[in-house]
Amino acid sequence: MNKIVIERFSLQYADGTESLRNINLTIREKAITVLFGPAGGGKSSLLRCFNRLNDLADLKTVDGRILLDGQDILDPKMDVISLRRKVGMVFARPVVLPMSIRQNICYGLEVMGEKRRAKLDEAVERSLKQSALWDEVKDRLDDPAIALSGGQQQRLCLARSLALEPEVLLLDEPTSGLDPISTSKVEESLQALKQNYTVVLVPHSVQQAARTADYAAFFLQGELIECGEGKNLFTTPADKRTEDYVTGRFG
Amino acid sequence: MESNLSWREYVITRAIRASGYSAVVFVALIFYFLLREGLPALTEVPLGDLFSLRWYPIEKYFGILPLITGSLIVTIGAGLVAVPFGVGTAIFISEIAPRWAREILKPLVELLGGLPSVVLGFLGILVLSPALREMLNLPTGLTALTGSLLLGGIAVPTIVSIAEDALDSVPRAYRDAALALGATRWQTIWRVTLPAAKSGVLTAIMLGVGRSIGETMTVMMVTGNAPVLAATPLALFSPVRTMTATIAAEMGEVASGSVHYHTLFFIGIILFLISLIVNITASSVVFQSKKRAERVLS
Repeated sequence: MNKIVIERFSLQYADGTESLRNINLTIREKAITVLFGPAGGGKSSLLRCFNRLNDLADLKTVDGRILLDGQDILDPKMDVISLRRKVGMVFARPVVLPMSIRQNICYGLEVMGEKRRAKLDEAVERSLKQSALWDEVKDRLDDPAIALSGGQQQRLCLARSLALEPEVLLLDEPTSGLDPISTSKVEESLQALKQNYTVVLVPHSVQQAARTADYAAFFLQGELIECGEGKNLFTTPADKRTEDYVTGRFG
Repeated sequence: MESNLSWREYVITRAIRASGYSAVVFVALIFYFLLREGLPALTEVPLGDLFSLRWYPIEKYFGILPLITGSLIVTIGAGLVAVPFGVGTAIFISEIAPRWAREILKPLVELLGGLPSVVLGFLGILVLSPALREMLNLPTGLTALTGSLLLGGIAVPTIVSIAEDALDSVPRAYRDAALALGATRWQTIWRVTLPAAKSGVLTAIMLGVGRSIGETMTVMMVTGNAPVLAATPLALFSPVRTMTATIAAEMGEVASGSVHYHTLFFIGIILFLISLIVNITASSVVFQSKKRAERVLS
């Protein structure tokens, strides 16, 4: 099943720094799709369009369509708030909000209007287990979240997104600041999560891309060079540029 | 060449050190003279008389309570006006206004902060006080309320400027994270951005309020200057006299070294203590949050 369909999508920032040109890409349901390529290729920009977080940026042109379950999310009439509840996001640097661990996870639900204590507690436990953090923090849920280690903070951010039970999970280099052990923990949780969620990942290395990808798309300077199943793309790429990048000849 | 360089080095270091110490010396001197001129009031006027309700220095009544309450009510009124208005404006400029509007508004507000207070007082006498008299059907428009509104106006630029800096320095990522969780813009501001900038916003409020306590010219022009005890909030609608206005109005005519003269300096000491307390509170709030940040980072 196709979850997100991108059709002839172009984007340009007002300061002319980064742009995307004529992107056509399909993202499958309940699988990990990896968007990779050298920095400045437009991967994060595309990711931030999936939940309209780019609304705040200074954009010059946005063209084309991005369909989520057949509905154009770039439509100005789109309810951005409910879109963001359906499409969760985890950022490169863990951003814990200045509150306790429990409040961090409940925040998204509370702004939705959920007040029932039992529901909130259940969401806290479920999402922390999903992000493999429960055992480490279950005894100190009311401690300030900022006291957690970097890896724990990032998994807390993952849990915070999962608490909303989104359909799509966007991850923008979620392990770029983490040590190898934390990284593998996050990657393990992703493998478990793809049973139920559509995951779109911008990895922080080609190795991570190759390890995690069910499907992969290679971006170079705002263009989509090649996309396909991960196991093909990383072993027998069709395009010379993809091959050069994957084998480490540049980037 | 070498000796020339080290000689210049020596002079510059000394010059910088001297200017640094001179600031400390000046503050110490001011404090010393304030105490020397003001403390005799304590021996010349019995303590019970000093803190009584009548300020008629010509007839030897030196009760400063009406002046203290006058300053307090005007300042509290100014705070009630300036805090919501100032913080609201700061939020608008930093979070809501489009970029071009922000680039116009911020310098404009800061320019407003440089407006001489005598000009504001003039506007108060000509425009605000007749309008208030008409609107509220008061015997006179020169009231504590008039002073509060104008002082609020004076404090707003200070609050806006500092609070906006604090809000602006909250990392973008916080906002992104809250928005990505489906929070509305208002929920993001209220639950995430504002708490994250709390210490800066509190400092802004303290400095703004501190400025309105010390303000003299405007209040002297518009509050009516009647030394009446302001005991209830209703006193907002009648004339009051503040400590600063009393000193400014009477210092020129008082006989040097008289009891009246010493009492005016004693009022100065009290004013000094009040602004000291406000400043210490402000910096301890900032200091606390700094310590917390250091603890977290280490």
